[in-house]
Amino acid sequence: MDKAALASALGSPAAFGQSQFAFMRGNAFEAKVKADGGTEMMRLLGVDAPAEVRVPDLSAAGPEGRAARTALALREATAAGVGDGAWTLLDHPLLALEVAGSPAYLEPDAVVVHPDGRWTVVEIKSFPMIDASADAAKVGAAARQAAVYVLALERVAALTDGAKVAHSVLLVCPKDFSNLPTGSVVDVRKQLSVTRRQLARLTRIEDIAAALPEGTTFDLERPAQELTAAVESVSAAYAPECLAACELAFHCRDRARESGAVEALGPGMRGELGGLTTIGDVLAAARGSAGDPNDPAVAALRRAAALRAEALEEAGCR
Amino acid sequence: MSLISTLARLEAVESGRARPLATVRHRHLSERPLVFVPLTTAGEAGAPLGALVGTDPQEPRLLVVAQPRDRDLRFAFLAELADALLPHLDAYTDDVEPAERGGTSRPKAGGDVDPETGKRVKVEVELCADAPQLIVPARAGIDFVRLLGRSMRFRRTAEEDPDAPYPAPPRVPLLGRWLTHYGERARVPGSSLLLAATDLLNRHWASGQSSLEDQHLGALLAWIDPGEGESGAQAALRAELTRDRDGQLLCPPAGPATDPAFDNRLLAPAVERYDRARQALGAAEEGVMADARLGELTVAEREIRRLVLTQLQPTWHAVWRGLELLRELPEGSRAADRWTRDRWSFTAHRDRVRAGEPPQPRRDDAVTAAQKLASRETAQAQLEAQEALDDPLVLAGRRLAGEAFLSEVTEVVMAWSDSKRPSPRPLLTVRTDDRPQLAERAKVYRSLEGKPQTAEFVRYDAEGTLVLRLTDRMGRAKDPAEGSVPQKGDRIAWTLFEHDQRGGPKLPAREETPWTHGGPPGTSAQSPDPVTPEDVL
Repeated sequence: MDKAALASALGSPAAFGQSQFAFMRGNAFEAKVKADGGTEMMRLLGVDAPAEVRVPDLSAAGPEGRAARTALALREATAAGVGDGAWTLLDHPLLALEVAGSPAYLEPDAVVVHPDGRWTVVEIKSFPMIDASADAAKVGAAARQAAVYVLALERVAALTDGAKVAHSVLLVCPKDFSNLPTGSVVDVRKQLSVTRRQLARLTRIEDIAAALPEGTTFDLERPAQELTAAVESVSAAYAPECLAACELAFHCRDRARESGAVEALGPGMRGELGGLTTIGDVLAAARGSAGDPNDPAVAALRRAAALRAEALEEAGCR
Repeated sequence: MSLISTLARLEAVESGRARPLATVRHRHLSERPLVFVPLTTAGEAGAPLGALVGTDPQEPRLLVVAQPRDRDLRFAFLAELADALLPHLDAYTDDVEPAERGGTSRPKAGGDVDPETGKRVKVEVELCADAPQLIVPARAGIDFVRLLGRSMRFRRTAEEDPDAPYPAPPRVPLLGRWLTHYGERARVPGSSLLLAATDLLNRHWASGQSSLEDQHLGALLAWIDPGEGESGAQAALRAELTRDRDGQLLCPPAGPATDPAFDNRLLAPAVERYDRARQALGAAEEGVMADARLGELTVAEREIRRLVLTQLQPTWHAVWRGLELLRELPEGSRAADRWTRDRWSFTAHRDRVRAGEPPQPRRDDAVTAAQKLASRETAQAQLEAQEALDDPLVLAGRRLAGEAFLSEVTEVVMAWSDSKRPSPRPLLTVRTDDRPQLAERAKVYRSLEGKPQTAEFVRYDAEGTLVLRLTDRMGRAKDPAEGSVPQKGDRIAWTLFEHDQRGGPKLPAREETPWTHGGPPGTSAQSPDPVTPEDVL
């Protein structure tokens, strides 16, 4: 489903996109890292003169075909590594991972198979590593992304003799202000366990579909009102972080604001508000027109409102 | 977030306008701040695209790099930036007043030690009378200032190193050092040398959106200052999403990142035209031909300048509008004290530059890092205390948390200490509706002529009535000095936190860094960044 088109049809289009400058730069950098049959990549892994680096061809028809081809290449590479001590670099392999009951295909930048049967995910990013440190938020995002690849690889490794997926990944970034690559090994064990738990907790798509009213469709040709109703029938928990990730976030934000949900103002807001969930309820409780004064949350709100009013009045008088 | 600011946000949603979070301005604003609105090229680390800079809202100076991937053009931009910024910084370096190091206005306790007696002595030094203030639109702008500083300070000019393969224009490394200093200073809580307009506005107003959305300068201003007959939410939505017929945002991002739609639809084709014109000029042989080609190149360059200006101008005006709104608030009385610390910081860096010290290292050594951390912690505690003392609305938050209380004196009983020379220790009975969380003999403080006076908590008398014993600032005589003891009926704000912050224990000198912390730092100067022969980043 094209969420961007759906968001436009709902009247809340999202502004997502990548600048072609960033895109070109990213591609050029990735090509540079992978040049010379993987020698540069091996250097970043700390292997100066590898005996042999194999770069198998992974092309095949369709995602299933490519995923199967990748699995086969991984098996061969592991065998070759154990046998001849060869390193293998898989350029853009395709991995399958079951997400919420349906298969999703993932394409890591590269996977390196060590001679001892270890598989390492390589993630190539174009944000710089300046003085050996990069933007923490970007590294975190890269680590989460790589963790998903590791999970998908583990499914394949379970079926391969002598294979083991490394729980640390190689992050490759430009060094300082140049286009020279530099690498850093990032431990993703934490991200792995988080992703594992999240994937296990996801409601299966069939269950979501089964809960929808009969005949629900997200057909973009439908009138906006009907589409809105269809989107409404799927429950969504909006939080401001959604704005950076989801095309439908502006739509959900409108809904959240319309219903007066406190969460629309940020995740920290609910903490001190007890059982009050809408803006109207909170303000009414603070002003004393509603709410149980024995409820500690309501009492705190009233005190806060009184102190705030007093301070504003005092400042106004000066 | 305290419950009081949560309430302010909810009120803002209800009323459709931002609500005050402060009743005074908690940051010093210079008479002539220098506003700097930079843009960068997407996907590149050290490739600025353009900037508006200046001290006059009507007359910004536009700097543009027509092809950001070209080293020469980047250097030309940086040289021009140095030309725009350094004279402004220089103008403040010579206007000095005498001051004492080791005196009270020095941020770090200490001062100089007399080698013979081992006693601390005060030293007469210069302190810049004012310091140049730099304002960027948003927090990402502060990071970009740091990044620019880092990219420039290790460069070598042809004069410094005749063998440098790609020498930087003169003064560029110097600008790098200043920008690094400003970027570093911005990490000290309460400092005002380098400020982001969004941070300033967010400190003083609560909008009806989340703090994440508050990072958008246009949307934030829309909540604080919506148009006639429009709610903040509507105005903010327009700032966030409205696009013109070409698909361009009416309110472009405040930078340094540009909108991808701008990059892809407008900028990329214009840069391509520029590249073609440049190639054609290079290929042209005859004079007449070259003249025509040069004309084309100028046209292409002018077009890029125009495009970049369209992205910068709305932000430029937004920053100045924000400053205008902030100036309507009276400055908090203790903000000047923090500004003095900023002046010390500026003066100290001026002295380091004048003394010919090398640029700031890539990584701080252990002692410097520990010192910075300690001074930032002190600054944070001090900022929190000063803001509460300056502003009843901030104090209200501390009262709600039980960290301060407002009281009325109902009784004063004189008493003295038991020592040989009795000193006054009057007992005050005060009434309060607040609920301070006082432990036995807890110290509380009030501000007496700008200085803290300490009292000790003695006991609760009844619900809302407590007894305090004043312990200092009453003079040396047996009877307390005039006006130093509150009278019946006085309304006094007491705080449970100290007003002044003392720094922690002294750290060893840099040369005495223990081996557990890496040992003394090396003396060798930091080498410049390696440069790659290819021009394109």
